[in-house]
Amino acid sequence: MLKNRLAAFKLANTKLIKNVNFTKTTIFNTYFMIKLVINGEIYELNASAEMPILWAIRDIMGLTGTKYGCGKGVCGSCNILLDGYPVRSCITPISQAVGKEIITIEGVGNENKYLQKAWQELNVPQCGYCQPGQLVSALALLNSNPKPSDNEIDSAMSGNICRCGTYVRIKKAIHMAAELHSED
Amino acid sequence: MKKVNTVSRRSFIKNLSMVSGGLILACNVPDTKNQIERLSDDLNDFNPNLFVQLKSNGDLILTASRSEMGQGVRTSLTSVIADEMDADWNRVSVKQATGDDAYGNQNTDGSRSIRTIYEPMRQMGAMARAMLVTAAAKKWNIDESACTTQNHYVLNNENNDRIFYGDLVEEASKLDMPNDVTLKSPDDFIYIGKDLKSIDVIDFTTGKAKYGLDIRLPDMKFAAMVRCPVTFGTLRSYDKTKALQIEGVLDIVEIPRIEKPFGALGGVAVIANNTWAALKGKEVLDITWDYGDNKEYSSDNFMTEITENVYKKAKEVKNEGNVNKAFKKAEKIIESTFQLPHLVHAPMEVPNATAYVQNNKCEVWSPVQAPQTTRKEVSDFLDMDLEDITINVTFLGGGFGRKSKPDFVVEATAISKIIKAPVQLIWTREDDIQNSYYHAISAQYMKGAIDQTGKVTAWLHRTAYPSITSTFMPGVKHGAGFEFQQGLTNIPYEIDNIRCENAEAEAHVRIGWLRSVYNIIHGFSVNVFADELAVAANRDPLQFRLDLIGSDRIYPSDNEYKMDTSRLKNVLNIAAKNAKWGDELQEGHGMGLAVHYSFYTYVASVVEVSVINKRLKVHNIYTAVDCGTVVNTNTVKAQMEGAAIFGMSIAFYGKITAKDGVIEQSNYHDYKMVRIHEAPNIHIEIVQSNDIPTGIGEPGVPVIAPAIINAIYSATGKRYKKLPLMDFGLV
Repeated sequence: MLKNRLAAFKLANTKLIKNVNFTKTTIFNTYFMIKLVINGEIYELNASAEMPILWAIRDIMGLTGTKYGCGKGVCGSCNILLDGYPVRSCITPISQAVGKEIITIEGVGNENKYLQKAWQELNVPQCGYCQPGQLVSALALLNSNPKPSDNEIDSAMSGNICRCGTYVRIKKAIHMAAELHSED
Repeated sequence: MKKVNTVSRRSFIKNLSMVSGGLILACNVPDTKNQIERLSDDLNDFNPNLFVQLKSNGDLILTASRSEMGQGVRTSLTSVIADEMDADWNRVSVKQATGDDAYGNQNTDGSRSIRTIYEPMRQMGAMARAMLVTAAAKKWNIDESACTTQNHYVLNNENNDRIFYGDLVEEASKLDMPNDVTLKSPDDFIYIGKDLKSIDVIDFTTGKAKYGLDIRLPDMKFAAMVRCPVTFGTLRSYDKTKALQIEGVLDIVEIPRIEKPFGALGGVAVIANNTWAALKGKEVLDITWDYGDNKEYSSDNFMTEITENVYKKAKEVKNEGNVNKAFKKAEKIIESTFQLPHLVHAPMEVPNATAYVQNNKCEVWSPVQAPQTTRKEVSDFLDMDLEDITINVTFLGGGFGRKSKPDFVVEATAISKIIKAPVQLIWTREDDIQNSYYHAISAQYMKGAIDQTGKVTAWLHRTAYPSITSTFMPGVKHGAGFEFQQGLTNIPYEIDNIRCENAEAEAHVRIGWLRSVYNIIHGFSVNVFADELAVAANRDPLQFRLDLIGSDRIYPSDNEYKMDTSRLKNVLNIAAKNAKWGDELQEGHGMGLAVHYSFYTYVASVVEVSVINKRLKVHNIYTAVDCGTVVNTNTVKAQMEGAAIFGMSIAFYGKITAKDGVIEQSNYHDYKMVRIHEAPNIHIEIVQSNDIPTGIGEPGVPVIAPAIINAIYSATGKRYKKLPLMDFGLV
């Protein structure tokens, strides 16, 4: 099911591509030209292939919705989807994203129109900083499991820390998004 | 001293209105000294030190003077203004104030935003409303008493005519400010006490909210710093060759130590054209340090030392009756020792600042809890006038007290000054955990006496912890009065003989305040010890505790934090009722309670846990809170839910240790947080009240850890007096 969805998504995105953003060429000629597909748009950037995706999208492409939390892949603040799977962008080099689709928080709304709505409805965020990562993890969960149980939510979401402690509402919001989806 | 301009407030308001083309009101905030002087400054520069701005199209721009760090303050403060104005919330947008004394105290800490400026914000709204009414009455040529307001309109009660607020801007701008305004009756509130959604919830859920690290300026550089791993160690030498070879690294600069409470620790900064390059450069910098006086600091040895100190007579900080006499006559004597480690805030967004120093001015963008302190620190460091420093407050990705201390801003300013370019300084998570202002490590000794009837006749409480004042006055060996008033000298128990003492403890790391501060320490020992006394007296912990709190009274009389014991008992009763206290529990389950008063707010929690196969699980937390008038029920609920998780992290995992002066933890893998699979069901009940509003950001924290300890005792008969529980293999 996930595979079908991804195939459909990829097809859809080949048509979606509209803005091609070229960043300024850096002065370091040992950097490589790298093409990335983020939220359905193609970006070309000049960067070291080992640079984590997090810093490439934040510092070079200017997509600041994805957050730095630990730099070690333990808190989930930087989660993105890479070909549909949640990965820690703070420890995943951009070389691994070449030829794949990246979805960041800025693209979550196009993927699932219920998640953010449920998050807003239940007033989930406190400081909000971890929520992009939480929403991306929740998107990956609902893509593979449209009606998760509490336990399934726990295991899918336990990689994401929220220091404000919004867990109770996150769980409720995932159930609500699943519910809204099934009603639609 | 600045020249006091003679512009009166009234003419100020008029002038400002003319220039802006909108109705703008300044606020009369308490503890704003020399308001006229500052207003006149603003008139010259046109710096809008204002709370209410109404445009002729009806747009209402309200200013939030406090920092948003998850406590919902941008929504709650402005909704208070909008309520008194009878404004349409859908037309409200919120402007974040820069750091400026004109706003009154902006320090977003001590759970005091609503508590201290609820009334002034109401007056702001009421003043605006009154002027709009006057303007409408003039237009209609009727008496003001014939006018009412509703949802952005003034209504004419004589003929059902109405005027849109936006259409009154010009007329209202010509009016003098009213001398007195009438505030609404609580029955007429339209937003206060309701469940208003966060005004920022869409930005928070779409990645649009701009935190400190999201600031991007033209030609901005990225920087990371290496600081001495031992507090106040100094730089001896460094080799930058390898770091300069990293692609993207532009420069390496030395940052001096600035010896101020919120100054810079000093170190070496890597300047790069992206964060990744700066972080890589940091890794390969070769630095030799002089570790200085704190290199011997071992938190294990220190714990032993301060524990010995609490076993000896110490400095008296409270004495009622005569505990020694009572101990001699006691039927039973109970003694207990509590040991709690250092903690660190670890907000999800690390400390960071973007600074741009130019010849005669400096602008900063940073997630700070204390923008005025920040402005002052930067002004002192650069030797520039306050007016030349602009502190823009971004969203804070959590604060918990860490971001009250703007050392990271001073660092960024120092870097920008050297490289003459805008720069964003990031602290890595490792920097955050290893170079912070730590919550104090503590040892406490308690001794209680019980008579033949099971009544507590004496209570001795001796504490030792490095004081926060050590950060301001190095060498301080005792706690401060404001620390003792956080649950030590204002214990709510009706006992004839009470004695509190404070033993020596010196600081070897920077000590700072962390969400609920010394209430964490005292709330823990007092609540666990009271539970031990209940067991010793062979009584039900709930009834025993209610009896211990005793008669209805305002207590203590010699203390800033006077409490109403009836409200304290009330929250305890509510939490117990919601938890069905006394009902039979499943095998392996137990229930524990704790009740604590802090930041003028009453909180009780009852926690249900199970300990099965030596593994702890928290199933349910029932919290009852009385914080007086509630401005936003959603916010209060959210803060209590969050505090439950924050308190669980303290109980389960919170521990910072130092060895050879170096902090041993470094990131979320070894300074762990409670995660979603460990989160219990959390039930919150808010007491309905028309009393003055009190704190809500912190008071939910202190009860959680002791309630868990008491619940574990109820489940297993084992009493833990040291945290965290991971050290016992329970989690």
